[in-house]
Amino acid sequence: MSEVAVPEMMMPPPAMPAAFQVEKPVPGPGMGDFSYVGIDAILEQMRRKAMKQGFELNIMVVGQSGLGKSTLMNTLFKSKVSRKSVQATSQEKIPKTIDIKSVSHDIEEKGVRMKLTVIDTPGFGDQINNENCWQPIMKFINAQYEQYLQEEININRKKRIPDSRVHCCIYFIPPTGHCLRPLDVEFMRRLSKVVNIVPVIAKADTLTLEERDFFKQKIREELRANGIDVYPQKEFDEDAEDRMINDKIREMIPFAVVGSDQEYQVNGRRLLGRKTKWGTIEVENIAHCEFAYLRDLLIRTHMENIKDITSSIHYEVYRVRRLNENNTAIPCPPCPMIPHFPLKPL
Amino acid sequence: MSSCIKLGHLLWYIYNIIVTLTQTCHRSTVHGLFSTHVQSGEGARAVPLAGHVGFDSMPDQLVNKSVNHGFCFNILCVGETGLGKSTLMDTLFNTKFEGEPTQHNQPGVQLKSNTYELQESNVRLKLTVVNTVGFGDQINKEDSYKSIVEFIDTQFEAYLQEELKIKRTLHSYHDTRIHACLYFIAPTGHSLKSLDLVTMKKLDSKVNIIPIIAKSDAISKSELTKFKIKITSELVSNGVQIYQFPTDDETVAEINSTMNGHLPFAVVGSTEEVKIGNKMVKARQYPWGTVQVENENHCDFVKLREMLIRVNMEDLREQTHTRHYELYRRCKLEEMGFKDTDPDCKPFSLQETYEAKRNEFMGDLQKKEEEMRQMFVQRVKEKEAELKEAEKELHEKFDRLKKLHQDEKKKLEDKKKSLDDELNGFKQKKTAAELLQSQAQQAGGSTTLKRDKERKK
Repeated sequence: MSEVAVPEMMMPPPAMPAAFQVEKPVPGPGMGDFSYVGIDAILEQMRRKAMKQGFELNIMVVGQSGLGKSTLMNTLFKSKVSRKSVQATSQEKIPKTIDIKSVSHDIEEKGVRMKLTVIDTPGFGDQINNENCWQPIMKFINAQYEQYLQEEININRKKRIPDSRVHCCIYFIPPTGHCLRPLDVEFMRRLSKVVNIVPVIAKADTLTLEERDFFKQKIREELRANGIDVYPQKEFDEDAEDRMINDKIREMIPFAVVGSDQEYQVNGRRLLGRKTKWGTIEVENIAHCEFAYLRDLLIRTHMENIKDITSSIHYEVYRVRRLNENNTAIPCPPCPMIPHFPLKPL
Repeated sequence: MSSCIKLGHLLWYIYNIIVTLTQTCHRSTVHGLFSTHVQSGEGARAVPLAGHVGFDSMPDQLVNKSVNHGFCFNILCVGETGLGKSTLMDTLFNTKFEGEPTQHNQPGVQLKSNTYELQESNVRLKLTVVNTVGFGDQINKEDSYKSIVEFIDTQFEAYLQEELKIKRTLHSYHDTRIHACLYFIAPTGHSLKSLDLVTMKKLDSKVNIIPIIAKSDAISKSELTKFKIKITSELVSNGVQIYQFPTDDETVAEINSTMNGHLPFAVVGSTEEVKIGNKMVKARQYPWGTVQVENENHCDFVKLREMLIRVNMEDLREQTHTRHYELYRRCKLEEMGFKDTDPDCKPFSLQETYEAKRNEFMGDLQKKEEEMRQMFVQRVKEKEAELKEAEKELHEKFDRLKKLHQDEKKKLEDKKKSLDDELNGFKQKKTAAELLQSQAQQAGGSTTLKRDKERKK
């Protein structure tokens, strides 16, 4: 490898890469067995830092009222995290307009602290005329991106920009057993472009296993036909291993879930479930419903990936769109001369 | 001119951001069939969990992601030639990095950087080692620190540019910002050189400085303690902020605070191996003994490796990003005239500042253009005048020559005329003479005949 000396410290014209030409990395000679440098200690350092900083997760639940959204949230996080538990009066009236309510909680498990924000959308799809009911939700999601963007371009910015961007949107599909309704298709089509959507079949205990499979297949077909890419998105698979894992998941979505925050005695153990006259549905039993898969996907295996996709893809798309909005006159930014901006008044 | 381009470039990026942001602020709320009412939770409340949820795997997920992505770490070695910088790097990372020792006759300080990919178990590290070549070799060392500061700023600038781009790829961006600067102090045993103090003072707000005493096998133990004390006191009295190992995390607070007391580390580097007992260790062999690099009684190499790599690498990277880079970014943006005031008029003031700046800039441009035009017109006039002068001169010359020519011609004609006259005269005389001669001859002929006849008689 030749050593490159920096000739002068002048900034080159913007079109070229950085002034300092870094050598293409070459594989260094193998490490001796007898001497250990300790580079892999950085993993431990990162883990420590992560534990100290804590994590943030923002989940939005969307669906008609009565589909068990709040219950599912409580089941997922095994505590009273939904908005109903926070409100003083548990009003069950259907609101006349879509309200977007977000509630934050600090939860901790084995030393790992997480700030969980559950964003609820009561009133979605409940009106007679549901046209444009996705608009307030889109607006909210974009407002979060906007807030982050504003903070990011600040001159004096905080060490850690508070992340209120919606990482994941769980969409509840009512268990009709036939196919997706136009509202569902429309909503998912629009929102899959700005946020990670995880569709679930709510109250799946009303479907038998065959009906469930049929329903799922129909849904998958319709999603495919409409070009809706739900999480895990095919185009963001990083490598073959990822693709394999995600393909397995893609064959199972939408998950048919049952939520419950009440415990019952089953076979001598206390389990979360729903007790009916004909039996007790165990929430965490994968033979009964797919809640466990959803929980594993969302929390235990893919949480980081979800956050990653939100911040590096959806947010970036929003940012690019925002920054390009006013500059249709100029094709590409890096020009050596100051272009003539048309300052359009609003 | 290039600074003009830089300015314009940066302004372009920031313009985009500002104009679109003002749009948001002006945009009226959407009055549709529904109006939104966003109510955020009143500060997060702590909620106990009734069972195992499973998000304690988050740190593992994070770590896995980072492992797949790889890490990068950039070290800058500042020190005079011959202090063993390259050897120390080789020893630290247990590999043989390439490069021959540099000469001492460099005209200025240059920075040579090399990137290597190291792998240990499943961790891939992209290590960049930057060496200062020719530091302290010049006769006049006033400007030695400048190229180092410029280099560091260039890396920050590159990152800033990437961050401000519209279509950016921060995820896969190869971070070249310097995370740690190892400052090599020559083992004089007395105190810091003034060059060291000046350089460190200039660098302390831009990079994490870790001072180390190089080739410390030249100093005895007692001298070493005195030397270290002297160095730390000099650094403190001159207000140089060196990197302090963080003590806020309980797991490492203790070890870090002890190590903070051992700064600057006295190190010895060696890539040669010597058999001690029944092991091969890295050491330097002298006639009077062997200095073992990894022996804590002999030198502080192990401490340095521990601190730099095994305990604080992540913290170094974080400090670089959150402290030094932010400072640079703030200064750079403020330099261009952007400030944010209170939250509610943020975008506006940014736009106003920007507008003002832009107008100023355009005004400047226009002025320059005017100036240039004036100058151009002036020059043209001057040139025209000159040309006219020259033309006049030429005409005069031409006239003069013509006159001369005519005079000459006239003279020649006169001469010719006189010559002709002479010729004519001559001819006349000639014909007259000839006539006379012929007459005379006739008469003479007869006389000669007569004379001849008389003689004969």
